[in-house]
Amino acid sequence: MDYAPLLISLRAAIIATIVTFFLGIAAACFVSGYRGKFKGLIDGVLTLPLVLPPTVIGFLLLILFGKNGPLGKLLMSIGKTVIFSWPATVIAASVVAFPLMYRTVRSAFEQIDQNIINAARTLGVSEWKIFWRITIPLAWPGVAAGTVLAFARALGDFGATLMIGGNIPGKTLTIPAAIFFAAESGEMRKALIWVMLIFIVSLIVMTLMNYWTDYQRKMIAAAGRK
Amino acid sequence: MLKAFFQKKLPTFELEIEFSLNNGILALVGPSGAGKTTILQCVAGLQAPSSGEININDKIVFSSEQGVNIPIRKRRIGYVFQDYALFPHMTVEKNVMYGKPQKGSIPNKVLTVSNVLEMLKIEHLRNRYPNQISGGEKQRVALARALMTEPELLLLDEPLSALDQDTRSTLQQELLKLQVQWQIPFILVTHDLQEAEMLGDQIIKLDHGKQEELRKFDKAQ
Repeated sequence: MDYAPLLISLRAAIIATIVTFFLGIAAACFVSGYRGKFKGLIDGVLTLPLVLPPTVIGFLLLILFGKNGPLGKLLMSIGKTVIFSWPATVIAASVVAFPLMYRTVRSAFEQIDQNIINAARTLGVSEWKIFWRITIPLAWPGVAAGTVLAFARALGDFGATLMIGGNIPGKTLTIPAAIFFAAESGEMRKALIWVMLIFIVSLIVMTLMNYWTDYQRKMIAAAGRK
Repeated sequence: MLKAFFQKKLPTFELEIEFSLNNGILALVGPSGAGKTTILQCVAGLQAPSSGEININDKIVFSSEQGVNIPIRKRRIGYVFQDYALFPHMTVEKNVMYGKPQKGSIPNKVLTVSNVLEMLKIEHLRNRYPNQISGGEKQRVALARALMTEPELLLLDEPLSALDQDTRSTLQQELLKLQVQWQIPFILVTHDLQEAEMLGDQIIKLDHGKQEELRKFDKAQ
């Protein structure tokens, strides 16, 4: 059995999780601090990939990154093409995973007592230090949850990846696509193996993250008892 | 020396205030919603007044006329919040250390964490987290954290309102001592007139944004 889909899926999910981790935090930080009248619109645009059918996202990405699309043309000018290549799987996974990271982190940011942030401001430290030393640690359970959800969503994407990446074995064929095509061609045993594999990987990641967050909480409590 | 006169439009009324304070404690007293906390926030820079001027030690920190609004972190103001606003993920020591000025930035005073913790009698709590200490202890930690930045002015927003009577009396005495020791102006917000009379060298009563001077005495005069 060819294990390439596992590696392709993991590669896409891991890179997409890293990308959405930073972009999601940056977007959450911007929107929670923004007080303008476009807040609702900006939030809507950033959340859209969560509610749109994955095929619609894939279609939009295809237009954007296609030969005649704005980003596609730009990439062509430097001799690169994204469509039906492995970066396409990363882009699709990042776009579908992004809203989960953004929304979870934003809600975690908004739950932080504003007086704590104001207290830090009166202490003369920079906004950058406040962000990394106060905001992120206090929002950590939300950041961790968002990361796990983003990873799970990135690993499980089917529609958007298929639209922009295709199903080229060894190149863009991810586990969800492999399951679909195996089941479609009647190879139920093969499909079942992929189902079990994706099930195990997702479960391991979720469990490890839960234990890690618990461990951190216990460490803080233990340090306090000394 | 603090001089302030400013207006701030609030949803139901317009706040108007004018005061000056050389040293000692200015108590702002009034019912909830009278605008007391808004005054502190305007002085600290957490809110901008609609118009007016705030001057700390001959340095203009806010002036609507001159378009000056110095950011909070550069005003050198200590602020003790009503709910203490301690950093829950840091030990008492780290909370107090958080705003410590960088070496050499203030050459006149050299404060160590131990000095401040000792002065406020909380040295034994240095490795505890905020959720492991009492309300009175939290208040001392918040004071220590504010003083560690070596502020030129200390703002206290109902600092004793959530404490029991005994702790309250002890801390009232300590605030008075601390002001004498520190020699910087304190502005204390309280809704308790008795507390204002006990602590305030100057007392301003607020009602719907209008001020009434109840006592004016400045230690420096």
